[in-house]
Formats: sequence, structure tokens, C-alpha cells
Amino acid sequence: MTDISVSHSRRVPFTVDKLGVLIAALAAVAAFLPFAAFRANRIVLGEAKGLFAALPGWEAAVLAIVLAAGIGIALFRTPTLWRLATSLVVLALLFVAIGHAGSFLTPPGDKIARVSPGAGFWLLIFAFALLAADAIARLKLKPWTRIGVLAAVALFFAVLLGSGTLNDLSILREYANRGDTFWREAQTHLALALGSLAAATVAGIPIGILCHRSDAWRAPVLNVLNAIQTIPSIALFGLLIAPLAWVAANIPGASAVGISGIGAAPAMVALFAYSLLPVVANTVVGLDGVPPAANDAAKGMGMTDWQRLTTVEFPLAFPVILTGIRIVLVQNIGLATIAALIGGGGFGVFVFQGVGQTAMDLVLLGAVPTVALAFAAAVVLDATVEMVSPKDTRRD
Amino acid sequence: MIEIEALTKDYLELTVVDRVSLTVADGEIAVIVGTSGSGKTTLLRMINRLIEPTSGTVKIDGQDTRAVPAFELRRRIGYAIQGHGLFPHRTVGQNIATVPTLLGWDKAKIAARVDELLELFQLPAAEFRDRMPSELSGGQQQRVGVARALAAEPKLLLMDEPFGALDPIIRAKAQSDLLAIQKRFGTTIVLVTHDMEEAIHLGSRIAVMDRGKLLQYAPPDEIIARPATPFVAELIGTGERPFRLLSLGKVRDLVEPGPAQGEPISADASLRDAYAECLWTGREMLPVVDADGASIGRIRRDDIAHKAERPQ
Ligand SMILES: Nc1ncnc2c1ncn2[C@@H]1O[C@H](COP(=O)(O)OP(=O)(O)OP(=O)(O)O)[C@@H](O)[C@H]1O
Ligand SMILES: [Mg+2]
Repeated sequence: MTDISVSHSRRVPFTVDKLGVLIAALAAVAAFLPFAAFRANRIVLGEAKGLFAALPGWEAAVLAIVLAAGIGIALFRTPTLWRLATSLVVLALLFVAIGHAGSFLTPPGDKIARVSPGAGFWLLIFAFALLAADAIARLKLKPWTRIGVLAAVALFFAVLLGSGTLNDLSILREYANRGDTFWREAQTHLALALGSLAAATVAGIPIGILCHRSDAWRAPVLNVLNAIQTIPSIALFGLLIAPLAWVAANIPGASAVGISGIGAAPAMVALFAYSLLPVVANTVVGLDGVPPAANDAAKGMGMTDWQRLTTVEFPLAFPVILTGIRIVLVQNIGLATIAALIGGGGFGVFVFQGVGQTAMDLVLLGAVPTVALAFAAAVVLDATVEMVSPKDTRRD
Repeated sequence: MIEIEALTKDYLELTVVDRVSLTVADGEIAVIVGTSGSGKTTLLRMINRLIEPTSGTVKIDGQDTRAVPAFELRRRIGYAIQGHGLFPHRTVGQNIATVPTLLGWDKAKIAARVDELLELFQLPAAEFRDRMPSELSGGQQQRVGVARALAAEPKLLLMDEPFGALDPIIRAKAQSDLLAIQKRFGTTIVLVTHDMEEAIHLGSRIAVMDRGKLLQYAPPDEIIARPATPFVAELIGTGERPFRLLSLGKVRDLVEPGPAQGEPISADASLRDAYAECLWTGREMLPVVDADGASIGRIRRDDIAHKAERPQ
């Protein structure tokens, strides 16, 4: 018996990790792809630069060695904490390196040349982000720790951006040209996503309670909300233009409070309409999941309907309702991009302008913050859901 | 006192409780027995108006239950159900405090009451007060459920198969706890079960139901001795009758002076246990001791057997 376990434990260091194989394969492919792309100006086609062309020799060599070590740690079964540390270090170095590539490739004083991350860079980021996500999942981090990791990552980027390391990258060149607009559109974007979420929560929870209590309402309400959900988003935004324009033109005072056929109002209404289903459906499911015995006991002990709702049903359904709110928030941060199409503002403005001008850098200026926001919202709300959910008392 | 008068519940065409009348005196335990679907739960839940009767009346201490709002009525009546129905998101202490909180008792009084009840059910307050229900065993959850029903010192307690999910040993323990507490507070109890053994052990009166009708409502010895219908007799189990009668009597009732050999039996044991002991150890008589272990005489096997005969 001891013999077996000894020989077994001897083999462990050489065991290959399944996900590690994928990560190594991705990194190997990345090695043949350009690390960065250089363009003489914003819209011409790029010139691919490999790792050793994009960075000063010694820096490229150090990065290559670090990458090789990182792939080794990912490929074999190594302690999870190592894997997390490795992935974070590699990711941080990659971002610093791409910043340096920007400075290295841009001729001194040139304000028109553009350096942007190449496919190889993105693939490496993807591979090591995969390693980080896997390690975090395996470590089963506590909700607060996960929020802490997120805050640390945010801080890292704040410092990196603040230090100017990335300033020679194309996306930051675009930012430098539109600093004011960027922050204004960021505010609009958040206002659209959060405002529609708040409205959907305020309206959706009571509608959910109504559907839970009355079978007559349940099917029709959920069917209508489901139908709205299937309308393609651009169509829904478009569909609202006519009725809202009519309201603005015909109802006194409506245009004074900002209602019009195009702009933020239809965007808000559309996002609100999309948000209702997850909130209502999760409220119904959450309330349905309250143990019948707890409800029966609450009635039997003399709680009024209102007391039962607020002290028994709602607290028990809350984690499920919050899951609905999480879905809505992440969905709305993404969907709010489309508001720009009807003059609603938000990060979509950069995306659609960029598409129009075939300027990918501008598209990224809109897309990257949107993705980052959605990701951060998902992490924070997942952690919150876990915190408010009943503790799992099984001990393993 | 509870007076139930011609109480009826119809669901569309189906009559699930059919003109049931019965009275439960103060301090009594009325046990409702019957097969599954006979309407026991429906009858019980019409007492605190969790189900509104189709017709008939329920009076508690002379007052029609419809005279007060349902939620006020229910706060005065303890209610314990199978599967306990504890609130999973609240601690044991908060669960027990439910009704006192609804009634607006002050905090200190509620805390004192919670601790008192926990101790009464042999759940040390310091250890159990702040646990979540999921951190208790099934038997402990059940006891907390009953403690919660008793929290506001109700004069009337309704229980629907409260011990249904417990193993026989814990169940016996829970039953004797309930009897002790009932004696101490003089609570009037209406309890539903489909276990005849439990009905005979706990009931001062037993109500036998079948398909919505009340077949017989009488003290246990009378139910055993004179079942009103063949169905009642069948429910008791004809082969079990003599033993059921014995389980109603206590050793104390048949003690006579004099010595006997072997292991003594407690004066508070049931005659059924004493008889089983005689048969098992092949003895004609057993020495009897009281609660302190002091000898108080003996009991004869023949006397016990005589008690098992059908009463005249
Ligand atoms: N809401 C309802 N609608 C229609 N029929 C019902 C309803 N509630 C109960 N019943 C029927 O009434 C009858 C009596 O039900 P009840 O719950 O009182 O039985 P019970 O004696 O408590 O049974 P068990 O021992 O299985 O708990 C059953 O036939 C049941 O199907
Ligand atoms: Mg029942």
C-alpha cells in the first residue's frame, strides 16, 4: 500500500494538466502570430511585427523566457496558487511589454503612426487569462477575496494607464484625441445601463410578485415579456422611435422632460423592456422556491400577507432575484452600446464611428471599456449573490 | 374549550369534511386519527381558519372564530406541522421568537422566553440559539418547531403529524416531552396522526375519521373496548386490542404489597411493558419501585392479563 502511494506521488510532478495542454497550444500558435502591428497612420493596413521585432532585444528575450516558464507551469500539474501567481505575473508583463512595444516602434516625435496589439498578443492574453480564471475557480475563493482580486487588477490598470506606459498604443492615441467625449459617453453609458436596471427592478419585482400570486396574470405577462426578449435589439430601438416621437410631439411637456423619438429616451425604454423578463422571471422562480412548509407555518402563526412577503418570502427569494439583476446588468452594459445608433450616446458612439471610419482603434476605445465594465459587474454581483445565499452547511 | 359544530368543507362536488361536531375541553388532548385522505388535516386547519369552512362553526372559549381577523386568531393558537416549517433564513432563536415578535413583546421578555423554551426541550440555549435550522438534526428541528408553536404561551395548540418524520426512539422522547409540557402549562391540544399507537399514548380523547366523517369520538379505552364501527375496530387492529388496553394502564394501578424476585420495574411503566417483562423473563411477578428507586411492592402477571380482557 505504501509502495503504491510512493510510486504514485513520484509520478505526480510529471502529470500533464488538461487545460495546460490547451494553454500551451494557444501560446505556441501565438508565437507565429504578430505581437504588434505598426501603421504609418490610423487607417492604412498594418505591418506585422513579431515579438523580437516589436521590442528591444533583451526585453524580448526576457519576455520569451518568462512565457516559456509560464507555459511550463501551466502544462504540468502544479500547485493552484503557483498557477494563479504565474498567470497574473505573465499578464502584467504582457501589458507592460505591449506598452513598451508602442514606444519602441513609434519613431520619435511621430504623432500619426499607430502601434496596436497584434493577434499574438491577444491570444497570449487569452491563454493566460484562461489559466487565471481556472486557478481562481479551483481555489474556490471567498466572495470578498474575489472582489479583492478584481480591485487589485483594476488598481494595476489604473497605475499602468496613469504612468503613461501605454500612451504610445493606438487605442490611447484615440483616447488622447477625445478625452472629454470619452468620459461624457462613459457617464451616459452607465446612466443608461444602471437607470434601466433600476427602473426594471422597481417595476419588475412587484410584477413578479403579482405573477407568483395570481395564475391568471402569470402566463400572459411572462409570454409578453418573452416575446419582447426575442425582438432583435436594433429592431426594438427602431420600433420605439415612432411612438416616442409621437408622444414628444403630441403630449404637452413630454419633450420638455427629454422624451423624443431619438436619443436617450427610446434607448432607456428599450433597455428597460429587455430587463423586465429576467427580473420578473427570477422573482417568480425565487418566490416559487420558498418551501411550502415555511409559508404554511408563517400563515399558521398569524403573519399578515404583507408580513409574510417581507419577512419570509422575499428574503428567501432574494438570492434568485439578485441573480436576475446580475443577468440584466451585464446584458444592459453590452446592449447600451446599441443606443448610439439612435443618438442615445454611450460607448457605442466610438464603436459605430470607428466602424464608419474603418478605424479599429476607435472601435476598441468603445469596446474595451464596455467589456471591462461588464466583466467587473459580473464578478461583483456573482460575489454578492454568493454572500446573500444561504450558507452551504455541508462540510466536506 | 373548542366547540366544533357541523363543520363541513366541500371542494366542488367533493365533501372532504362532512358535518363534524366535537368538543375539546380545556387541558385535554384530542387526537384525530384516520387513513390518508380522510380529512384530518382539513379539519385541523379549519380551526385556525387556514382553510375556510363551507359551513358550520368553530367556537373557541365561546367566541366564534370568524369574529376576529384570521391573523389575530392564529397568533393566539399554536401551530406545529410535519416537516416543522422552520424559516431556513432565520436562526433557531429568531424562529422561536416569531409570534412573540408579531405580538410586540419587548426584547428582554422574548429573549428570556426563547431560552426557557430551548432548555425545556433539552436544547442548551447558549449552543442552539444562534444556529441555523439546517445545522440541526431532524429531531432537533422538530422540537424547535414545537417550541416555536408554544412561544407565545397559547392556550390552544394545533399539531399536524408533528412527530411523523422521527425515528421510534426520538419519537417516544418527543411524545413524553409534549405530555410534560402540556401538563405544566395546561395547554389544550388538537393533534393529527395516523398512528394509532401515538393516538392511544397521547390522547385524552380520540376522534376517528373516515372519508370526511367522524365515526367515533371517545376516550381511548372506550374506543378500544367498544369501537363504533368495524372500520374503527380495524384501525385499532383486532389482534392488538388487549395490548393497546394494557398500554393505557400504569404498573402503579396494580401494585400489591409483598416481595418478588429479579429486576424491578418502575411504577410509572405501562402495564404493557410489565407484561412483556413477565413473559420475557418467565416470571409470575415483578418487584415494583417508585421514581426514587425505593421498593413499593410487586405486580402479578395474572392481574395484568386480567386487565387485558375486554371491559364490560
Ligand atoms: N385544495 C384542495 N382541493 C381539492 N381537494 C382537496 C384539497 N385539499 C385537500 N383535498 C382533498 O381532501 C381530502 C382530505 O385531505 P386532507 O389533507 O384533510 O387529508 P388527511 O386526512 O390529512 O390525509 P393525510 O393523512 O394523507 O395527511 C383528500 O382527498 C384531498 O385530496
Ligand atoms: Mg394530513
